[in-house]
Amino acid sequence: MLRSTFLRQATKVAAVVAAGTLALSACGSSSPTPGAGGTGAGSTGGAPAGQALKVGMAYDVGGRGDQSFNDSAASGLDKAKAELGAQGKEAAATTGEPESAREERLQQLIDAGYTSIVAVGFAYAPAVKKIAADNPDVKFGLVDSTDATGPNIENITFAEQEGSYLVGAAAALKTKTNVIGFVGGVQTALIKKFEAGYAAGAKAVNPAVQIQVKYLTQPPDFSGFASVDKGKAAAEGMYQQQADVVYHAAGGSGGGVFQAAKAAGKLAIGVDSDQALTADAAVRDVILTSMVKKVDVGVFDFIKSVKDGTFKAGTKAFDLKAGGVDYSTTGGKVDDIKAKLDDYKAKIIAGEIKVPSA
Amino acid sequence: MSRLQRRRVLLALAAPALAVVVAFVVTSLILVVARDPVGQVWATLLTPPRPRLVVAILNGAIVYYVSAVAVAIGFRMNLFNIGVDGQYRVAAFAAAVVAGQAWLPGPLNVALGLVVAMLAGGLWAGIAGLLRIYRGVSEVISTIMLNAIATFLVAYLLRKAAVDGGGSNVVSTRPLPDASRVPGLPLVPGVSREVYGLVFLAVLVGLVYWFVLSRTRFGFDLRATGASESAAVASGVDVRRMVVTSMILSGMTAGLVGMPLLFGQDYAYGSTFQPGLGFAGIAIALLGRNHPVGIAFAALLWAYLDQQSNALQITAGVSDKLVGVIQGVIVLSVVIAYELVRRGGVALEQRRVASLLDASSGRPAEGAPA
Repeated sequence: MLRSTFLRQATKVAAVVAAGTLALSACGSSSPTPGAGGTGAGSTGGAPAGQALKVGMAYDVGGRGDQSFNDSAASGLDKAKAELGAQGKEAAATTGEPESAREERLQQLIDAGYTSIVAVGFAYAPAVKKIAADNPDVKFGLVDSTDATGPNIENITFAEQEGSYLVGAAAALKTKTNVIGFVGGVQTALIKKFEAGYAAGAKAVNPAVQIQVKYLTQPPDFSGFASVDKGKAAAEGMYQQQADVVYHAAGGSGGGVFQAAKAAGKLAIGVDSDQALTADAAVRDVILTSMVKKVDVGVFDFIKSVKDGTFKAGTKAFDLKAGGVDYSTTGGKVDDIKAKLDDYKAKIIAGEIKVPSA
Repeated sequence: MSRLQRRRVLLALAAPALAVVVAFVVTSLILVVARDPVGQVWATLLTPPRPRLVVAILNGAIVYYVSAVAVAIGFRMNLFNIGVDGQYRVAAFAAAVVAGQAWLPGPLNVALGLVVAMLAGGLWAGIAGLLRIYRGVSEVISTIMLNAIATFLVAYLLRKAAVDGGGSNVVSTRPLPDASRVPGLPLVPGVSREVYGLVFLAVLVGLVYWFVLSRTRFGFDLRATGASESAAVASGVDVRRMVVTSMILSGMTAGLVGMPLLFGQDYAYGSTFQPGLGFAGIAIALLGRNHPVGIAFAALLWAYLDQQSNALQITAGVSDKLVGVIQGVIVLSVVIAYELVRRGGVALEQRRVASLLDASSGRPAEGAPA
């Protein structure tokens, strides 16, 4: 009797588990993932002059194919493969994985012979700290975090607030309703930098502009970077509340923001990559501009420094001046305001405008 | 009689065996469709893990085990505590804040942290229990909603309680004093990584779960209520009280889920504290059939698959999503296999009874269900 109750229970539970898992991990990116899961692994570019330059990439949740943050890092690797003859091996984090899995990812890449490791995302900081200490001969590039430092760690950071300032200005110049939106993936200090810069740029153009802000998840739940459904729901809400331009800093969830923009006939702003080139073809026409965070530049720079023997530990900041962040012009939707945006850009580079980062 | 028992044992073993076969076949099919290297994937998955990885698997399983037991307590009472995920986060946060203050010295501080965690988890789950008996709210709905509330509440309080990380992306509570950190156990020789010291806690949770459910009056009442509420009422069980009590017990156990992590690894509750343990616990409890030993095997299997994700990506070159697919397929296979085996068992039983009746009455048993 007990057993049959359990079985009936089991069937019901399976449904709930399935729903719960979906809600939690939000099925990652629903879009097709070109070359997902390291199909590029092991492929070599040109023959290197000296010994092989072997680069291990540890991606954040979403991995190659998120059309955003991780993809940007991946294109840095692709460039290094093509130009420096680097060999690459890639692995991505899974939602809700234990800390040991991140450590293990780095260590297994090293065990497989990859002596330059790029850890993409601040969640890797504790793991990098530990594994870098255990492997002093391996060079680490840690993107977006200064929490782990060491003689073999380069901290690759970006002035996201400066790029966000420019797209904030673009949004304020383009809005007809004077209401714009911001969708953040996870409420962290990093993503708040995007929000702060965006708001400052928008207010600089029009102090009366109203900004709706929504973060998809709260730490320690990082699924907000890989939940198309959550991004879509948040943006739908904003478009219904009069917003006509929404900027997302939400990684893979941004795909949902674009879908919502398409459905509402409104505009959206991409992030990290030039998303008018990388997003699903069906939604590219809603992308006003993208805040390009050139993780690829940082990654490539790191790999090149290892190859050239110029690796230097410590923080390397890629700002507007260094070409680490920018706004994109693909699609031609900002052509009419380009002069104004470039004016802001020049002022930031010259130091006349100080963009807040919080 | 011994033949019957043998058949029962065979049936009990048939279910997991069938589940494994179904999972194997379905996963292979998915791999073929996705044009992934099937042989390479299985070779990687079946390679014995290195000692370093063994420790990681044990540590993962310790945490999963406690989570699954918390879920199983509800299951035995026919309660679906989907809220273990929220309960363990509320509890881990509360324990981290209290233990971080270091009001008590060393081990006493650890004990205080454990008590606080159990109280917090129990209280959080108790809300769902009270809602069920006073307002008739299904605990499935209320615990899922309480998960969302827990997320926001903890995020809000975390910002209040956080120590300044100096612009760091990681927000966390005040770290535990050194004296309150539970040292790891070097169970596997030659590896720097250690097994969580609170592995004893998980073992204790399993023992208490087994003892209370199968050796006490309370445990009998709980199982009886889960099996048939009306029968339980008839035998004098106060069902409303049982609902609240078992929900609170489930929540108290859930409160302990994060403790090995808090005292053995992270030493603070922060934005990198492992999420999603409660949902994994549901699948593991199901896989382990709510049995204290079964759950242990299921937790090990789950942690093993978790840790193979890296090897699959790095050695076999397949997507990181594959492990999630395999885990999902296993849960579905288990449900399907158990149901098939149950139906098979019922059919066998009916045939046996029919033939016995035949023999005793000397008439063909008409309409005996096959």
